[in-house]
Amino acid sequence: MARVELDKLQKQYPNGFKAVAALDLTIEDGEFIVLVGPSGCGKSTTLRMIAGLETITGGELRIDGRRVNEVPPKGRDVAMVFQSYALYPHMTVFENMAFGLRLKKIPEAEIQARVEEAAERLGITSLLARKPKEMSGGQRQRVAMGRAIVRHPKIFLFDEPLSNLDAKLRLQMRVEVGRLHRALGATSVYVTHDQVEAMTLADRIVLLKDGDVQQIGAPMDLYQRPNNLFVATFIGSPVMNVIPVQYEDGYLRGEGLKLPYKGEVIREEMRLGIRPQSLKLVDEGAPHALAARVEVVEPMGSETFVYCRYGDELLGVRVEGLARPEIGGLARLAFDLEAIHLFDAASGARI
Amino acid sequence: MKIPTRGPLPRHLGRHLFLISFTALTLFPVMWVIKMALRPSQTFVTSLNPLPDTFSLQNFKDVINAPYFWTQLGNSALISGVTTIVGVFLACTAAYAFSRFRFPGRRAGLAAFLVTQMFPGVMMMIPLYQVLDWLGLLDHWLGLVLVYSTTSIPFCVWMLKGYFDTIPHELEESALMDGASQIVIFWRIILPLSRPAIAVTALFSFMTAWNEFILAATFMSDERAFTLPVRLQHYVGNYTTEWGHFAAGALLVSVPVMGLFFALQKHLVGGLTAGSVKG
Repeated sequence: MARVELDKLQKQYPNGFKAVAALDLTIEDGEFIVLVGPSGCGKSTTLRMIAGLETITGGELRIDGRRVNEVPPKGRDVAMVFQSYALYPHMTVFENMAFGLRLKKIPEAEIQARVEEAAERLGITSLLARKPKEMSGGQRQRVAMGRAIVRHPKIFLFDEPLSNLDAKLRLQMRVEVGRLHRALGATSVYVTHDQVEAMTLADRIVLLKDGDVQQIGAPMDLYQRPNNLFVATFIGSPVMNVIPVQYEDGYLRGEGLKLPYKGEVIREEMRLGIRPQSLKLVDEGAPHALAARVEVVEPMGSETFVYCRYGDELLGVRVEGLARPEIGGLARLAFDLEAIHLFDAASGARI
Repeated sequence: MKIPTRGPLPRHLGRHLFLISFTALTLFPVMWVIKMALRPSQTFVTSLNPLPDTFSLQNFKDVINAPYFWTQLGNSALISGVTTIVGVFLACTAAYAFSRFRFPGRRAGLAAFLVTQMFPGVMMMIPLYQVLDWLGLLDHWLGLVLVYSTTSIPFCVWMLKGYFDTIPHELEESALMDGASQIVIFWRIILPLSRPAIAVTALFSFMTAWNEFILAATFMSDERAFTLPVRLQHYVGNYTTEWGHFAAGALLVSVPVMGLFFALQKHLVGGLTAGSVKG
C-alpha cells in the first residue's frame, strides 16, 4: 500500500523531445488511477518512470514520501503487468510466478503458498505446470497478473494489459481487473488508450495529450464537465458532437441553428458540444430544431445511432430502440439545452 | 467426372529420385575413404565402385598404435574443448553487450569484428607466430587455444548478437521488475532462451579448432604437441603417401565431431521464445 507523488515529473529525450512535460499528480493509497490518451501522449512513459524502467529527467517521484528517482525497479516494490505479457517462455506458470519471490529469497513453503493463493484467485490453478506457449492469450494475461500479485507489491502498474485480447475476453478481463483491485485494495496505475476501460476502472482518470495533462478527475467529472474540447471528444462513445456557434442577442447561432441561451457569454466565437444522447429526433415544426440529412444508421439492438450530415461533420444522435430513419431523408434534431457544453473556439477551453 | 488418378505418385517419385541421387553424390567420397581405410594396402583406390571390397582393420590399428596418437588426440580434444568454452563464454557476454547496451565504440566494434573476418587466416600467420614466440607458447596447447578463440570469437559474437536481438526486451524489463539484476537476467533468462544459438556457436568453435591445420602445423614442431590434423598430414609424404593410414586417420578424426553434432542437435530447435510475448 502506498501513496505515490509525481512532482513536476518530466521526461525529455536526448534529441530534445519532451515525452512528458511536467506532470503533477498525487496518487492516494489504494487508489486506482488510469492514465489515458492517444498514442504518443506520454502515458506509457509516465508509467515506465514510476516503474523505474525509464530514467526521470526532471521533477521528483516519491513513494510514501521517499524520493525514488534514482532507485532501481527492485528497490521500489512495484509490480508491472505488460501488454505483451512478457512471461518467461522457458519456465512453467509456477516458476514464472515464483521467479520474483525466489530472487527475494523467500522460503520455499511460503512461495508455494503465495503462488497457489494467487493462482486460485485467478482461476489458473490447473495451469501451474504448463509453459506459456501452451496457453491462450487470456490465460497468459492471467498468469502475468498472477506474477504481479504474488509479490504483494506496494503498487501495481498495468501497461495496456488488455490490448492484445479479443473483444469478448477484454471485457471479461476488465471486470476481473476491477474485481481484483477491490479485493486487494492496492494502489494501481493503469495505462490504456481505451476510454471505456478508463471510465469503468478508474477512481480517477488522468487524460494526457502530447505529454501534458488535459484533465484529472473522476470518470464522471470528465464526462460531465470536460475541461476542454479534447477531453470532451476523447471521453464518451460515440464522440460528442461539436458545432461552431456565435452568440447574438440571447441566441447561439450556427449554420441553420438558433438556440436560446440564457447563460453569461463573454466570447463571440464558440464551439458547442453535445452528446448523442442529448440530441433527439423530432417531428417537423418543433422549435429550435436543426434540419440535417441522415447519412448513416447503426442499429445496435437496444439503441440506434443515427449520423446526420452537418457541414463537414457527421452529427451522431442516439435513438432508443430500433427506430430506423430513412437514409438520405431529412431529420430534425432537437437539442437538450441543459446538456450543452460551450468551449472557446480558439483555445478549446471550457466556458 | 474424372476418375481419380494416382496423380501425386510420379511427383513423389521424382522427388525421391532427386534426393536419393544427391544423397549418393554426397556420400560417394565418404564411401570411397571408407573403402580405402578398410583395405590392407596403402594404395590409392582408382575404381569408381565406392563399396568396400575388403574388410581389414589393420590401417586403424596402425594409426592408433602410432607413437603419440593418444597424446595427439588428447591435444586436439583439450585445445578444441577449451577453445569452445572460452570462445562461447566470451562471445556470449560480448554479444549480449552489443545487443543490449549502447556504448561508445559499439558500432565501430561490430564493424571491426566483421572486417577481421575478411582476411584469410594465413595472412596472420607470421604476426601470430611472433606473438606466440614472444609469449613462449609455441609448441604449447595454450597457444593454439588463444589463436583459435580469438579467430572464432568475431563470428560467434555476430551470430549470438543476431539471436539475442530477437529476444523481446519486455522479458528483461519484466525480470527487472521482478527484482533481477543484469547478471541474473543474463544467466537465467537470456542464456536458457539462447540454447539453439549457443549450440551452433559451440559446434562452430569446436569444429574450427578441431579441423584447423595450417596454424597448428606452423606453430607446433614437437610431435608430442601435434593435433590430429597435423598428424594426418604426416601420412602424406614427399615420395609416397600412405593412403590407407590417411583414410583411416581421417575417419577417426571425424568421429568426435559427428558425436558432438548428434549430442547438440537436440538443442537446435526453433521457437524457444514462443509464448513469451504476443507478437
